[in-house]
Amino acid sequence: MNEVSTQKLTIKDFTSDQEVRWCPGCGDYAILKCMQRTLPEMGVTRENTVFVSGIGCSSRFPYYMDTYGFHTIHGRAPAVATGLKLANPDLDVWVITGDGDGLSIGGNHLMHALRRDVDLNILLFNNKIYGLTKGQYSPTSDIGTRSPSTPQGSVDPALNPVSYALGSGARFVARTVDTAQKHMPGVFKAAHAFKGAAFVEILQNCIVYNDAAWSDITDKAAAPDRQIMLEHGEKMLFGKEGNKGIRFNPGKFALEVVTVGEGGVTEEDVLTHDHSNLQLARMIAELGANPGEPIAMGVLYSEQAEHSYVEAVLGQMDAAKGTRTLKDLMYGGQTWQVK
Amino acid sequence: MASDVQVLESAVVRFAGDSGDGMQLTGSQFTSSTALSGSDLATFPDFPAEIRAPVGTTFGVSAFQINFGAKAIKTVGDRPDVLVAMNPAALKVNIKTLRPGGLLVLDTGTFTKRNLQKAGYDDTPLGTPELETYQVIELDISKLTLEAVKEFGLGNKEALRCKNMWTLGMMLWMFSRKREPVIDWLKKKFAKKPEIADSNVAALNAGHAFGETAELSATFKRYQIGATHSDPGIYKTVTGSQALSWGITAGGELAGLPIVLGSYPITPASPILHALSNMKEQGVVTFQAEDEIAAICAAIGASYGGALGVTSSSGPGIALKGEALGLAISTELPVVVINSQRGGPSTGLPTKTEQSDLYQAVYGRNGDAPIPVIATRSPGDCFEAAIEACRIAVKYMTPVMLLTDGFIANAAEPWKLPDLDALEPFTVEFAEPAADGEEFSPFTRDETTLARHWPKPGIAGTEHRIGGIEKDFKSGHISYDPENHQKMTDVRAAKIDGIANDIPLQTVDQGEEGGTLAVVGWGSTYGPISEAVKAARADGLNVSHIHLRYISPFPSNLEALLRSYDKVIVPEMNSGQLKTVLRDKYLIDAKPLNKVSGQPFKIQELLDAIRAELAV
Repeated sequence: MNEVSTQKLTIKDFTSDQEVRWCPGCGDYAILKCMQRTLPEMGVTRENTVFVSGIGCSSRFPYYMDTYGFHTIHGRAPAVATGLKLANPDLDVWVITGDGDGLSIGGNHLMHALRRDVDLNILLFNNKIYGLTKGQYSPTSDIGTRSPSTPQGSVDPALNPVSYALGSGARFVARTVDTAQKHMPGVFKAAHAFKGAAFVEILQNCIVYNDAAWSDITDKAAAPDRQIMLEHGEKMLFGKEGNKGIRFNPGKFALEVVTVGEGGVTEEDVLTHDHSNLQLARMIAELGANPGEPIAMGVLYSEQAEHSYVEAVLGQMDAAKGTRTLKDLMYGGQTWQVK
Repeated sequence: MASDVQVLESAVVRFAGDSGDGMQLTGSQFTSSTALSGSDLATFPDFPAEIRAPVGTTFGVSAFQINFGAKAIKTVGDRPDVLVAMNPAALKVNIKTLRPGGLLVLDTGTFTKRNLQKAGYDDTPLGTPELETYQVIELDISKLTLEAVKEFGLGNKEALRCKNMWTLGMMLWMFSRKREPVIDWLKKKFAKKPEIADSNVAALNAGHAFGETAELSATFKRYQIGATHSDPGIYKTVTGSQALSWGITAGGELAGLPIVLGSYPITPASPILHALSNMKEQGVVTFQAEDEIAAICAAIGASYGGALGVTSSSGPGIALKGEALGLAISTELPVVVINSQRGGPSTGLPTKTEQSDLYQAVYGRNGDAPIPVIATRSPGDCFEAAIEACRIAVKYMTPVMLLTDGFIANAAEPWKLPDLDALEPFTVEFAEPAADGEEFSPFTRDETTLARHWPKPGIAGTEHRIGGIEKDFKSGHISYDPENHQKMTDVRAAKIDGIANDIPLQTVDQGEEGGTLAVVGWGSTYGPISEAVKAARADGLNVSHIHLRYISPFPSNLEALLRSYDKVIVPEMNSGQLKTVLRDKYLIDAKPLNKVSGQPFKIQELLDAIRAELAV
C-alpha cells in the first residue's frame, strides 16, 4: 500500500481531474502549471505532498493538484500546516496563500510560522486586491487604489511582503512573477530544498479586479530595467544593457542604482549578492520603493538554521523518550492502598 | 494528650491570607497529608485573578478550602468549621463563611493599623461583638515564626515567608495529620536552597510543637478524622487538570494515535497545557500556538495528518475557535476541544467557576453545526470523560466538546486509580485505496456510524482534497448542488444523533426511577446536588438525582426517564442553559435553579429549593 513508485512521475500525475475555475487569463493558471511541471523534477511523490491553503482565489489551488490537499479557513493555513507537520513530519507541506489571506486576516499566523521556522514552503500570490470578494483593496494595494470599499481611493500604505517575512524572522525569502515560467521553477526548487520556513512572494495578475497592477514591472519592455535577477555570488547587475548595478552608498546608508561606465563607476563598485547576509537582504527587499529602482527577484535570503522547528520539537520528544509509561506516571508519586 | 482527641466525622478548614502568604501551598500540603491518612476529601482553591494584588487588600485575598472526613466527601463543604486568617483582609473577606461557633485562628501580628485600614476596618475587630459567635484563637504567628527560624539568619522578609508552614504545622497537629510528607516535599522542593528548606521545616515543627505544648483554652482541641474508602485499590489525590491530561493521553493510546495538543495560555485551562507538555515521554506533542485560532487549527492539521488533535481553552478562547470548529465539522475530522469554563461573559471572572458555556458548546457556531458535548463531574471523573471524548471523536470523525470548569480543574480529590489494562481499545484504521478502476472518495461512510473513513497523508492511493466548502456526498468534490447540501446537512446531523445509540443509558444516581421530583444536574454541581438529595431523602422526601455526562446527544432513554417524575428542577451555575436544552428537546417543564456568583452551590441552598418544590 505504501509502496514508493519507481516510475518517473510527470505533470499528468500531479494534475487532478477537477475543472479549474479561475477566471480566464488569471495569473494563477501559470503558477499552477509551473508547480505541476516542477514537482516531478524535484523527485517527490504524490502521497508525501500536501497543499494547504486558506481562503481566496489562490487558495483553490489544492483542488487542482493530484496530491493531498486541505482548503482550510481564511488566513489559518500556516497554523493548520504547522499541526500537520508536527503530526506527520515526513510530508512535504506547501502553503498557498494570498495578500489578503496571508497578510491581513492571517498575518499573525504567517508571522509565527516564519518566526518558528516551521518546515513549510509558503507561496504568497500577491495581486494587490481581494479577488474572491469582488475587488476590495488589500494590504498590499498601492495608496490611492479605488475599489468598492475605497471609492475615493485607499489612504493606507501598502505592506511589502518580503520585508514583512524578513522582519518576522524568515530564513528563506524569495520573489518571482506568475509569468516567469523559466524563473519560477528554480525558486520553487530552492524553497523545497530549504529546511525550515521558505517564503516566496509571487507577483500575480488579477485580470478582473486589478489588471496590469504589476505591468510596470513585469511587461516585457519594462522588465529588464525594473527587475534585478539575484544570483548568489553574482554582481547585482540589471538593465537592458546589463550595465546598471546596485551600489551601497555609505554616506546615505542606502542602496543606489548606478550605471557601470558612467561617472567613474566600475563593476567593482557593484554589490555582489550574498544570500546569507541578512542586512543586505533587508535592504534589497525594499528596492523598488524609489523611482528608477528595480525590484529584486530570486532568492533574497537563504540561511538555514541548524534545526528547523519541527526537528527541534521532535528532538525534545526523542530525548524524553524513556521507559516510563502512562501507568508508571499515574501510579507513581504519593499513593496509598485500601485493602 | 490522646485523651483530648475528639473524633469527628468530617471537618471543613479554610486557609485565607494575602496572595503572597502561600495559602494555596499550605492548602495543598494539608491536602496531601490528609489524603495519605486515608480520609476522603474535596478541595476548593479560591484565588484572585491578579498575580500579586497590592499586599493587604481585600481583593488580594487568596483562600483554600478543604472538606475531609471519614465518610464520602462530595463537596467542599458549605461553611468552614475552622478559618485561618493570616491578615485583616483575609478575615474581612472570609468571616461570613465561618459557621457560628466555628474556630477562628488569627495572626495578630498582621493586625496593624495600616493593614486594618487596607482591609476596610476602622477599628480592630479583635475582641469586639463582631467575632463573639466564634471561638477565636489569637496568635502572633508572625512573631512565633521569626522566633522559630531565627537560627537560620534569614532576612525579615524571607523569614516571614515561613509563616504559612508554621500555620500548617499547627493545623497538622490539630487534625492529627502526619508532618513527614510535607517535610519530604519541602526538602525536595528546596533541594538547591537547603537553608530555605531547613527554615521551613523548622517553622512547620515549631507550629506543630506549639499545638502540643501551648497552654491554650479548652477550645484549642485536637481532632481525629478517620480513614474512609471501603473500595479496595490504590488511591491518589488528583486535580481535574491532571486526570484530564492523563485521560487524553490514555485516549491516544487506546486509539493507537499520537496526541498533538494545540493550546494558548488561558485561565483556568492552562494547567492542562502544562500537564501535557510534561508528557513527552508518553509521546504527547504540545504546541503553544500564537493564539486560540492557531491552537485549534494546528489540532485540525494534526488530525488531517493522522494524529489525534486536541485543543484546550476556556470560554473566550472557545469563542475564537468557533470558525475552525466549523471546519472540523465540515471536513469531518476528529478533534477534542476542552473547555475549562469560567465566569463570563467576556473576560468575566477568570478564576471563578461557572457553567455558562453550555449554549456555546451545543449551539455556538455558524451554520447547522452539531457536535457531541460531554461534561465532567469531578476531578477524578475527568479521566474517564476525556477517554470518552477521544473515543467518540475518532469513531465518529467529529470534533467533541469536553466541558469541565475552573472548579474541577483546580480542585483535588482522592481517586482510585483505574486499571489501565482493562480499558477497551478503539484502535483507528486509516482509509485504504479504492478498488482498481474506482475513484477514491474521502467521504466514503460507515453504514452504521455514518462516519467517513480517515485517509492519512503519506499513504499512496488515498490522495484527496477536502475543505470547508460543501462536498459532494459521494465523491467528496466541491458541490454547490442544493439537494446535495440538504443531504450532507442531514447526514452530519444524523451522524451526531446516532451517537445516542453508542453511549450508556441514563441512570439515576440516587433515588428511584420515577417519582415526585427529579433534580437534574451536569458538571461540577454533582457534589452539592448529591449531598442535598441524600439529606432530603434521609428526611423521607421523594426526590431523585440524575446527573448528565452526555449533553449532546442526550442518552436515548432520557426523555422517558424525565417524564417518569412529576417535577424536574435543574440546578446550574448559569442562568438556565441545560434547562433550555431539555425544554427544547423534550417540551418538558424543567424548572431552573440558578447561581452565578462564581462560587459553587451550597448544600443548604439546594435543600431549600428541593423543599420549596415539594412544598414541605
